[in-house]
Amino acid sequence: MSLKIVVLAKQVPDTRNVGKDAMTPEGTVNRAALPAIFNPEDLNALEQALRLKEQHPGSTVGILTMGPPRAGEIIRQGLYRGADTGWLLTDRLFAGADTLATSYALATAIKKIGNVDLVIGGRQAIDGDTAQVGPQVAQKLGLNQVTYAENIVKVENGKATIRRVIDGGAETVEAPLPVVVTVNGSAAPCRPCNAKLVMKYKYATCPLERPANPSEEAGPDRSELYATRPYLTLTQWSVADVDGDPEQCGLAGSPTKVKAVQNIAFQAKESKTLTASDADVEALIKELLNDKIIG
Amino acid sequence: MDNVFVYVEIEGTQVQEVSQELLTKGRKLANELGVALHAVVAGTDIRGKVEDQILPYGVDKLFVFDGKGLFPYTSAPHTDILVNLFKEEKPQICLMGATVIGRDLGPRVSSSLTSGLTADCTQLEIGSYEDKKAGKTYENLLYQIRPAFGGNIVATIVNPDHRPQMATVRSGVMQKAVYEGTCAKEVVYPEVSKYVSPEAFVVKVLDHHVEKAKHNLKGAPIVIAGGYGMGSKENFDMLFDLAKVLHGEVGGSRAAVDAGWLDHDRQIGQTGVTVHPKVYIACGISGQIQHIAGMQDSGIIISVNNDPDAPINKIADYVIIGTVEEVVPKLIKYYKQNTK
Repeated sequence: MSLKIVVLAKQVPDTRNVGKDAMTPEGTVNRAALPAIFNPEDLNALEQALRLKEQHPGSTVGILTMGPPRAGEIIRQGLYRGADTGWLLTDRLFAGADTLATSYALATAIKKIGNVDLVIGGRQAIDGDTAQVGPQVAQKLGLNQVTYAENIVKVENGKATIRRVIDGGAETVEAPLPVVVTVNGSAAPCRPCNAKLVMKYKYATCPLERPANPSEEAGPDRSELYATRPYLTLTQWSVADVDGDPEQCGLAGSPTKVKAVQNIAFQAKESKTLTASDADVEALIKELLNDKIIG
Repeated sequence: MDNVFVYVEIEGTQVQEVSQELLTKGRKLANELGVALHAVVAGTDIRGKVEDQILPYGVDKLFVFDGKGLFPYTSAPHTDILVNLFKEEKPQICLMGATVIGRDLGPRVSSSLTSGLTADCTQLEIGSYEDKKAGKTYENLLYQIRPAFGGNIVATIVNPDHRPQMATVRSGVMQKAVYEGTCAKEVVYPEVSKYVSPEAFVVKVLDHHVEKAKHNLKGAPIVIAGGYGMGSKENFDMLFDLAKVLHGEVGGSRAAVDAGWLDHDRQIGQTGVTVHPKVYIACGISGQIQHIAGMQDSGIIISVNNDPDAPINKIADYVIIGTVEEVVPKLIKYYKQNTK
């Protein structure tokens, strides 16, 4: 049985390696100073999808992402690893979305894609760490969900057998297709880019990524290439393209509002500084024992 | 209407500590708002076995859903219970643990009810909110305060127009306490089939396996934590020796876990365990914000670091400038010498 698989992937700022210039003096995030990367757990999700594709000949894997035009890079990264296609949801109306409005947008796109057997995404994205989008997409599509998956063991007879992580243990569940699966970071890492696929797809772009007026600075004119190789033109969709309701998208469709954002400043304490000498260490131990702090 | 609800999580018939912590917090919020605290629990053969683990935390009314297929947890039946119960009860606030279950259930329920949900809150407060664009002021909203952007900022989130205001909180962030005041402690046992559709049971749990925690890091009065500055697995193992003599537990920063020196379940910080020990000894930990978020409420903080400018030193009560190889054995030696 061939499977139609959609992988949800997000381009995120790399919050794991935040340098000194990542925060502005005003305490806001300096996005420009953080490299944009493929959300790590979405790569784990992609690997699960690619494995299913190998087990089920004739299956297809498509990357669905939402973001500004430069998020087309996420689709290319997926194509380089073995995905077949991709869709970029990009529209100013999508901007400012919380998890609910994001899920709405993704769900409308998945409906437009149609006849999907599995939707697989990372458990959560490292810029928000909410883990909400997967279950909310499932709810909006009326599909079952399996979160925190570590391994999609098999898909047969219209059912997926999935091993998942739970607090303090593990579980194996069986869910009928179609199903939404979110994949945990403890799952198998994603395969690297394939050199042949990189060569094939390196000029694959969404129309909005292409320079309006090609020049040395803006980028060369590749219109001839795009005319002869249709697979180099990635699908980009606006709110209207997916028949979305603008009221449910972006900031307008977001029930949560950010009241305030603060830079973290910890209250500095008056601390006693000691050396590593025997006398200092012993004095500290004695003080803690005398005060019954340890004992 | 307008009450505070806590979804109570169970493993078999054991109520999870995180739920008791949230009941304690929920009681405080309910008192501040002048409303009741309600709790909801769902499982199989739990009637008569879970009530005493829930009511003492200040519950006015407990809804016990007891039926086949409600344990082990699966998403759809528990979602049906909360969604249909909330349609009747119309709570203003719903809290649940930021556990695997809470983070699976919360978003599904919030999406069904089109209400806002904030994950992994570290503080919950009541306050007002002014929507300047709409020229409208809201009173008594739930401030859902959480770290964002990998812990580099703290955001206060509100849900002005949608109910319930939903939030998840990690285990250990709030502290549980049996409620001293009076509350109604009513228990009801609704008919499960009136809330859950038969189609909700299509996902089958073939195997469910939970191990007892190997350590009590969360509740330990003394925590010894190591970071990347420990340098090697061998050096890191010295911390287990120190913990043994001090009767403490060992934890570590994400860097130490990533280096493979420590099990993942011992990671302290925003994405790990939150601890409140009497004494916290940080060895070779620089003090990234995401780590400090998980230990800043410790009683006495001792930092062992050869870098006098390590950020963690700012919040430490004692800073020992030196290498861990030198200092840790001395801590063991002088503790033993002085406790004979």
